[in-house]
Amino acid sequence: MGLESILFYYFAIVIVATAALAVSRRNPVYAVLFLLPCLVHIAGLWLFLGAEFLAAIQIIIYTGAIMVLYLFVIFILDLGSFRTKRIIHQQKSLAIAGGLALIVQLVVLTIASTFPGPFGPPQEVVSGGNTQAVGGVLYTDFLFPFELASLVLLVAIFGAVVLARKESEETSS
Amino acid sequence: MENVWLYLLILLLKMIGVITFALLGVPVMVWVERKGSGHIQHRHGPLYVGPFGVMQPIADAIKLFLKEDITPAAVDRPLYFLAPIMAFVPALLTFAVIPIGPHLQVADINIGLLFVMAISSMGVYGLVMAGWSSNNKYALLGGLRTAAQMISYELILGLSVVGVLMYSGSLSLQEIVKAQEGVWLGFIPRWFVIPQFLGWVLFMVAAFAETNRLPFDLPEAETELVAGYHIEYSSMKFALFFMAEYVAMISISCVMVVLFFGGWLPLPVIGPIVESILPVFVVSYLMPVVWFLMKIGFFLFFMVWVRFTFPRLRYDQLMKLGWKVLLPLAIFNVFLSGIIRMAGLT
Amino acid sequence: MQESAILGYLPILIFFALAVAIGGGMVVVSTFLGRKNPNPEKISTYECGMVPFKDARQRFDVRFYLVAMLFILFDIEVVFLYPWAVLFTRFDPVIFGFVEMLLFIFVLLFGYIYVLRKGALDWS
Repeated sequence: MGLESILFYYFAIVIVATAALAVSRRNPVYAVLFLLPCLVHIAGLWLFLGAEFLAAIQIIIYTGAIMVLYLFVIFILDLGSFRTKRIIHQQKSLAIAGGLALIVQLVVLTIASTFPGPFGPPQEVVSGGNTQAVGGVLYTDFLFPFELASLVLLVAIFGAVVLARKESEETSS
Repeated sequence: MENVWLYLLILLLKMIGVITFALLGVPVMVWVERKGSGHIQHRHGPLYVGPFGVMQPIADAIKLFLKEDITPAAVDRPLYFLAPIMAFVPALLTFAVIPIGPHLQVADINIGLLFVMAISSMGVYGLVMAGWSSNNKYALLGGLRTAAQMISYELILGLSVVGVLMYSGSLSLQEIVKAQEGVWLGFIPRWFVIPQFLGWVLFMVAAFAETNRLPFDLPEAETELVAGYHIEYSSMKFALFFMAEYVAMISISCVMVVLFFGGWLPLPVIGPIVESILPVFVVSYLMPVVWFLMKIGFFLFFMVWVRFTFPRLRYDQLMKLGWKVLLPLAIFNVFLSGIIRMAGLT
Repeated sequence: MQESAILGYLPILIFFALAVAIGGGMVVVSTFLGRKNPNPEKISTYECGMVPFKDARQRFDVRFYLVAMLFILFDIEVVFLYPWAVLFTRFDPVIFGFVEMLLFIFVLLFGYIYVLRKGALDWS
């Protein structure tokens, strides 16, 4: 077994183990804590494909930003309170349905798509730096989706402000 | 097969060198800070342990090791033990990509700068986890404040380097240093601080906030939060937070020197003169490290100087400065750099 | 199979292991060194000498949530800027790349102004 295969199994095992630990924790802070190594190791998987830029982005956005938000939400929500517990209980069936739908989707996609064999990046990604390669297509061939992304972000900004205001009104009343 | 072992040996030696550099910097900085602050405030600073008190940090370290390690009853034990490690590891990990010399670098990766950003974004967890696991009101509030402060200023840190990338055309730290080689008009070094002055100022301010240094040391504001996130920590676990802060200070100075001050390239004017009288192997192997150390030494001293010169900001002032002044300024800098860069091309 | 980028990152993985060993080592060592002499007063939560009241983990200000949310959104914007800046001089013509990003940021500027108008970033 080559060094690469050993590394791959290391990453794969850590991802599966930490993900399983994250969903099985009762304490949400611990769940987030296990998600951190999980997401970092997923970034490692991007490296196997030569996608260095994506690996860095995975860490900067997911572990560096989104997980901080999760932690803040946990701290702000006061999960021990009766009201929060009731809301979470109500969402249970919805969460199960959503999870099942996701599993079905993933299975269908895995069966339907054909993989090009063992991992290994396409040549054009490897040569000349992955970041430059991503930028080279993003800002020319995919110009329109790129500009659309700004609109998506704009809507998200509106949403964040509206939600926060609603929450603070509820707390003050 | 022999080559592999040789490669591993060199790698290991490099790692030991870089880690020693980072960790040895901590007692040096502690001494400089205490002695410097003493003189700024018209005191003597440490005097008794060793000549000029240079051994004081070592004495402090031994004392911290031998102190009673108190674990408060109300803490969440696993996280309480993990938090100092989570604060320390990212601070040290940045050194894996910093080019101390043309050959002295653990890993020269294509996305060096993104790696630095990614690691610095992981730095908040140690502090937040310390705050939460301590189960103490001051600690939790301190931890949350730190997190909000660090993420706010991380944006500015991220935006301030965009201008540099327009000039370097690469994210590799080694490439960024090499792009700054040469001079303008015979003596002005082509360091990025000159075309990117505003970018450097923004980076500098964000660096102070990221390392929780005064005037942005609100996470541990002694007078209002007692000590912030590490209030319940004692002995070596406290020392780890302390070390993490100093290592982070050194690493961010290194990144600043690499991005804006030519990294291991020689100083202008004196550099060529000194290098012309030294033997070749010294110039190519030793001098880059010397130049690099001189540059980061200057900025580390600057950080001490600032600490004892400026008062602390209030939390609302801090957030206002970050989101309402520095963020628009950083975005403005991106386009200003773009215009200057375009003008330079034609 | 060609060599993938992961091997270039192996030194970082080793460096990470070393850093964890140093940090973890210090935590472990400190639990063995030094006297251990706890008493109920000493190991109680510090609250300036008062007897601690209520749980420390209470609800916190919703503005922390807002800051984190806005951070994510602007962070994504910053991430889009990196490949753009690296390629900046290679756009043909350069002004094309410049205007492209100007439009992108311009849209987000609306969001920023909206946030300011709503006073969402006022901490007083």
